Amino acid sequence: MANVIKLCKGLDINLAGKAAPKLSPASQSKVYGLVPDGFEGVKPKVVVKEGDVVKAGEALFIDKKHPEVKFASPVSGKVLLVERGERRKVLSIQVEADAQTVYAEFAKGVPTDGQAVLKALLDSGLFGYFLQRPYAVTANPEDKPKAIFVSGFSDMPLAADTEFVIKDEVAVFQTGIDALAKIAKVYLGVKPGSILENVKNAEVTTFKGKCPSGNVGVQINHLNPVNKGEVVWTLGAEEVLFVGRLFTEGHVNLCRTIAVAGSEVAEPRYEKVLVGARIADILGDNIKTGGKVRIIDGNPLTGVKTTTDAFLSAHTTEVTVIPEGDDTHELFGWISPRLKEFSVSRSYFTWLMPKKEGYVLDARVKGGHRHMIFSGEYDKVFPMDIYPEQLVKSIIAGDIDRMEALGIYEVAPEDFAVAEFVDSSKVELQRIVREGLDMLRKENE
Amino acid sequence: MTFIKNMLDKMKPTFTTGGKLSAFGSLFDAMETFFYVPSETAKVRGAQIHDAIDSKRSIFFVIIALIPAILFGMWNIGYQHNLAVGCQDATIWCNFIYGLAVILPKIVVSYAVGLGIEVAVAQWKKEEVHEGFFVTGMLIPLIVPVNCPLWIIALATAFSVIFAKEVFGGTGMNIFNPALVTRAFLFFAYPSMMSGDKVWVNANYIDSINGTIDGYSAATPLGQLAAGDAVTAAPMDTIIGTIPGSIGETSFVAIMIGACILIWAGIASWKIILSTFVGGAVMAYFLRYGDAEALNFPWWEQLTVGGFAFGAVFMATDPVTAPRTESGKWIFGLLIGAMAIVIRVLNPGYPEGMMLAILLMNVFAPLIDYCFVQSNINKRAKRAITK
Repeated sequence: MANVIKLCKGLDINLAGKAAPKLSPASQSKVYGLVPDGFEGVKPKVVVKEGDVVKAGEALFIDKKHPEVKFASPVSGKVLLVERGERRKVLSIQVEADAQTVYAEFAKGVPTDGQAVLKALLDSGLFGYFLQRPYAVTANPEDKPKAIFVSGFSDMPLAADTEFVIKDEVAVFQTGIDALAKIAKVYLGVKPGSILENVKNAEVTTFKGKCPSGNVGVQINHLNPVNKGEVVWTLGAEEVLFVGRLFTEGHVNLCRTIAVAGSEVAEPRYEKVLVGARIADILGDNIKTGGKVRIIDGNPLTGVKTTTDAFLSAHTTEVTVIPEGDDTHELFGWISPRLKEFSVSRSYFTWLMPKKEGYVLDARVKGGHRHMIFSGEYDKVFPMDIYPEQLVKSIIAGDIDRMEALGIYEVAPEDFAVAEFVDSSKVELQRIVREGLDMLRKENE
Repeated sequence: MTFIKNMLDKMKPTFTTGGKLSAFGSLFDAMETFFYVPSETAKVRGAQIHDAIDSKRSIFFVIIALIPAILFGMWNIGYQHNLAVGCQDATIWCNFIYGLAVILPKIVVSYAVGLGIEVAVAQWKKEEVHEGFFVTGMLIPLIVPVNCPLWIIALATAFSVIFAKEVFGGTGMNIFNPALVTRAFLFFAYPSMMSGDKVWVNANYIDSINGTIDGYSAATPLGQLAAGDAVTAAPMDTIIGTIPGSIGETSFVAIMIGACILIWAGIASWKIILSTFVGGAVMAYFLRYGDAEALNFPWWEQLTVGGFAFGAVFMATDPVTAPRTESGKWIFGLLIGAMAIVIRVLNPGYPEGMMLAILLMNVFAPLIDYCFVQSNINKRAKRAITK
């Protein structure tokens, strides 16, 4: 029986257009693109030239600071383009996929010792999918993590249901966990009644609560908080499958089952795609016509606005589409009932008549940016033993000692997503926290 | 209603940078957001959706919560006036219209001066006009005696907006509650206009032919207590509010309706309101034994007379000047309540202590927060060492 931790704080946002639990056929892209920006904190050094032929699992770029960390191509084929932006920043490395994927071969079976597992992960380019706390950036292989944390669910609005994603590959997931357990102690957070409750070689904890209790940061805070000088690694549930497949199939298989969801998606569903697939190929003509839409690489709380020409980011588990809303002009918003809107404030009617079918929210900020006026707003949706408002203020002030004292090592921008949503002063909390983490990392490294 | 949108769109280029009236850009922006929810969309990174609540709506709910107190205050001005001039047969409407005529100029002056300064500062700092003053501007007329001259209100409002708010960085950055700073300014700069027994009832005849009633005096219950007299108002009058006093503070019932609105909407902290009353009640209960006059005055009536209830509900709960930590709010409220009664009962100089108690605790709010935040910091530091 797994331990149970109950969290009272948080907020579930019921958005319209949840993905129905059915898998539509895999959509094939002609060109796949690996986007270095999808790997937070990495300075990419491209190791292929345009015209090179690569196998799936061979490196397209490496981290300048840690050349042993490779980032592998999801497909085999010819390198079509190394897309660069301002100051020659690498935007994406695009590979024209072969009709039949040729894989770079690796040894099957989980090695017996942690160093060997780590080496296999580094060689295959899967280590790049590990994130670390502090700083919420791509992990550094030289660190000795005190633990590896995996969250077995996401309760962000419109997020892919991990249970559905993993249901056919529980054994592979177990292999992945077995491999991770060789490196460090593994903690797995699951939701009540999860198919992952009986996973072995990991300390399984059930989290009961509202969003963001599925965030790995929240789970770390309650299980084994990060102190100054300590490092933990985190890995997405689906990325554990990547690891599991490496050791069962003997090659890198970056196939994800992502949710295609949102009120503007004609048929919300799941699709099997590879990392780096083009968004246009994922969405196809599955977008409702009429009205301007915002396509999000990720869920509407932590995702990034993207376009159909862009590629699926490395860590993305869902693509969502919501109305842009910039042509909506609501009269006297400060006083009218606005029954269609969702709000935690009882000055609206969400509390009285919640929409069971879900809310259609657009991308408007819905208010002017202010200093923090009302207190306690963040607290209510921040289920960690940290004072979020004080931490954010210390970041704004650039006070590094105070950031450390208030627990910045334990947080990632995504942990502030719900707080950013409810904030009546419309402060960009995730941007501020990211800046704080970057500031601290620069200072300490 | 599209004509408003069309009109605003048409006017916009004139007010934006480079336009003829760009010096009034902030004012235009304030007007535009007053009519329409801003259509600005989320940035590329960060939360892509947002809650519909914004500071404008929250702030206007405070004004809605003030409406019962405003309406009762208007009526009471007329009622007290007609009582003074001996007009027996004044109807509710008659009282009300009279009160409206008295309070409206005060509201207009307070808003005109305060918002004028806010808009000017916003324009200077190239920011949006923050709506915080809408509450302050409505509170100011409600916490002054009815006979307070308009020029004094204008002066005090200007002082408070500039020195209690804008110099600190505007709404959200101030240390003291601006409305209370206004009152404190009046209290210390023009004490004769703020206390005594001549200021609480407008005893002028409407037609100046009959002149004023010389020497008409009406003391507030707290004034009577401070002077060592017995309180003449019946307990029920202090609850309903048919007593002389500052315009918005007299009716306990009207203020409690406002409190219900604020707590229900989640805008004011119920913790602060409750703990202020608890702190006041406990202190009043025990101080009865120290003071002869207060001994005859029921402890619970301390909470219904004067500005106690108004302060607890509308002033102490100002989120900016109260503690930001939830546990801190309990301490803050308890100390305000206790302090207000201590000043009332033990200090012979000041009949009312609510204003000073809240201002004093505004100073200590960061310290209260410090204690709670520091305990979290210590816990984290200790954890790092023991590991």
